[in-house]
Amino acid sequence: MIDRTNVTAPPENTGPATAFVRGEMLAEQPAPITESGPIGWIRTNLFPSVPQAILTLFCLYILYLIVPSIIRFLFVDAVWTGTDRTVCATEVQGGVRAPGWFGACWAYVGTYTNQFIYGRYPDEEQWRVNIAGFLFFGGLIPLLIPSVPFKRENLIFMVLIVPVATLILLTGGNFEVGGMILPLAILTAIALIAVFGFSKGAQSDPIPGLITTAAIFAGIFIVLGVLAVDFGLERVETEDWGGLLVTMVIAVTGIAASLPLGIALALGRRSDLPIVKFVSVVFIEFWRGVPLITVLFMSSVMLPLFLPEGVSFDKLLRALIGVALFSSAYMAEVVRGGLQALPKGQYEGAMALGLNWGQMTRMIILPQALKLVIPGIVNTFIGLFKDTTLVLIIGLFDFLGTIQSSYTDPTWSSPVQSMTGYSFAAIVYFIFCYAMSRYSMFMERQLDTSHRS
Amino acid sequence: MTKTVLTGVLGAAVLALGASTASAATLDDVKAKGFVQCGVSQGLPGFSNPDADGEWSGMDVDLCRGIAAAIFGDATAVKFTPLSAKERFTALQSGEVDVLSRNTTWTMSRDTQLGLNFAGVNYYDGQGFMIRTDMNINSALELSGASICTNTGTTTELNVADYFRANNMEYELVAFEKADEVVAAYDAGRCDVYTTDQSGLYAQRLKLTDPGAHKVLPEIISKEPLGPVVRQGDDQWFNIIKWVHNATLNAEELGVTMDNVEEMKESDNPAIRRLLGTEGEFGTDIGLDNDWAAKAIAAIGNYGEIFDRNVGPDTELAIGRGVNALWSQGGLQYAPPIR
Repeated sequence: MIDRTNVTAPPENTGPATAFVRGEMLAEQPAPITESGPIGWIRTNLFPSVPQAILTLFCLYILYLIVPSIIRFLFVDAVWTGTDRTVCATEVQGGVRAPGWFGACWAYVGTYTNQFIYGRYPDEEQWRVNIAGFLFFGGLIPLLIPSVPFKRENLIFMVLIVPVATLILLTGGNFEVGGMILPLAILTAIALIAVFGFSKGAQSDPIPGLITTAAIFAGIFIVLGVLAVDFGLERVETEDWGGLLVTMVIAVTGIAASLPLGIALALGRRSDLPIVKFVSVVFIEFWRGVPLITVLFMSSVMLPLFLPEGVSFDKLLRALIGVALFSSAYMAEVVRGGLQALPKGQYEGAMALGLNWGQMTRMIILPQALKLVIPGIVNTFIGLFKDTTLVLIIGLFDFLGTIQSSYTDPTWSSPVQSMTGYSFAAIVYFIFCYAMSRYSMFMERQLDTSHRS
Repeated sequence: MTKTVLTGVLGAAVLALGASTASAATLDDVKAKGFVQCGVSQGLPGFSNPDADGEWSGMDVDLCRGIAAAIFGDATAVKFTPLSAKERFTALQSGEVDVLSRNTTWTMSRDTQLGLNFAGVNYYDGQGFMIRTDMNINSALELSGASICTNTGTTTELNVADYFRANNMEYELVAFEKADEVVAAYDAGRCDVYTTDQSGLYAQRLKLTDPGAHKVLPEIISKEPLGPVVRQGDDQWFNIIKWVHNATLNAEELGVTMDNVEEMKESDNPAIRRLLGTEGEFGTDIGLDNDWAAKAIAAIGNYGEIFDRNVGPDTELAIGRGVNALWSQGGLQYAPPIR
């Protein structure tokens, strides 16, 4: 801003000697077109120097080669409606398209959409999957948005109610739990005695500990009781599950189990107690040292041979356990990275405040450590989500597996069938993984306290 | 104290397991649970393949439906377990499935070393070659120097090696993991020849850019008798599977079809009367009702009907009967008589 009051206007008609002095202020000009607006942007970002300009032109050429044909395949030449392979095949292939036609066959994806989502889950029971999905996302979305209140209640809903409700809805409930009551009762007794003895040894009041333990076991008994109730839902075997349903079940179970397990293992590995440390190290190194495919194969091919004839674990359950243990080992190492990145002063400061180990970990260490490794955690989640496709090799039909298995259907067999299917899979996986990635960046900004060292 | 408690828990667990392992004859198990658990492929057109609604169809699937119909009189009392090639025998051995009807080749090692029994051959397959018509080759013996596309890790790879070595020919193998990739590579011209089981060649031809420009060579270089498999040691169950298959063959030979099975029960031909249970006590001998075969045929039809419906000339696969014709029509399908 120019203070015009200090500018003395030149006197009029003072002759040529001072003619070069401007009589009035120039108005502010917009920046030259070469420095602002689209042209300026292009200049500074795409053509700042000769080598960069060459690179830009080269990349544009590559894009020109690829993108138009992808768009033509996916949209322009694509077939959107039809009932069998003839709409997606050229005349020589026994179809109706002109020679040389090459486009996506979305009509095929359309007829298969139901199977891609639910697998072979019976049609008349699919409302159960819908309700389970609604419960899950309905609980997850408010939990993910920081400004929504009732986080504590929301978390309890997600951790306690949603898993049980989903399990009952998807399988049909009415589980046989009679055999588990006696062992569990004995376990309760042992736990109560242990808590009592421990607090007596530490000369503290045993009542709070006993109440907590009793509450936990009471909760387990209630869950078992609910699982045993016959809600009149028809049983749907996990063999009939498939598609996105299986992908979501495996990914969500893996994610939900790997984070707490991973944190526990990471803390265990950093522990001063030799046995805890040893067990954690062995667990982590074992599961990290074995490929996931091997784990899945062992669980599906070897395990049944070790069990007596007639006893069979559910195949999906076996895969779930394998995936959860596998990913928790990776998660443990990510979390350990965060724990090690914290300055020693944080630990010492917490101890100087008189916090015990549990308080220190819960209130000082983990919040900072986990915040540091959000990118690593989400990276593991995304990796896990995509790794679920490996269950295909043990005969479970996840989303990709269901798509691949549909390729054998002669009703839709054509050269473009598999390309359409894989394109569809890529789009769906990208949506999920990109959403996770964006949310992790959002969380990083939310939790950024600018404590950079 | 802790030790005794622990032992108690373990003991209870072992007891709980033990109770459920006491397995009776397969037929009794099947009757108790009310359905047949049938191991099928993860998708092979014409043999066992799920459609857009998840309904299974195919020759192997029909055999399982026939077994269910013979036992329960209800062809829907069957559940299908899709199995990969690697898992299939374990699934049968461990009791996960009651019968494996999954285009499985009957070989000596599988029959003798795995504790399994092959109950028959419901499709005689064999490995063949597909080439471009414009190559002007009419016999597999002219294929010296060709590059050959095939799947990895299957017997097809070994069969090609055997065949070319035996005939002193050179070849170059281009192998892929998945059938789609093999077809795409062959279609793109990365190899001259595509080889797999002949039934597979017909199915994959639908995925070629120009199916008319390709042909299947007449040579069959391997024997692939495909059939249902059961566990060894349960002869009653073995007999049931074997005779449901034989009943469909006998039915075709005697002209009994899905539609005329009821009126055929009144036939004067003693062979038909024995097949359909109007005469004799053949069903009770294998633990079933005497009209077991009539129920199976009413549900799935005779062998010819099964073949035509799933792989025959009117289907997309369009495979001719060939060696799978009845023995009386120059084929290999031959069933012992019911008497």
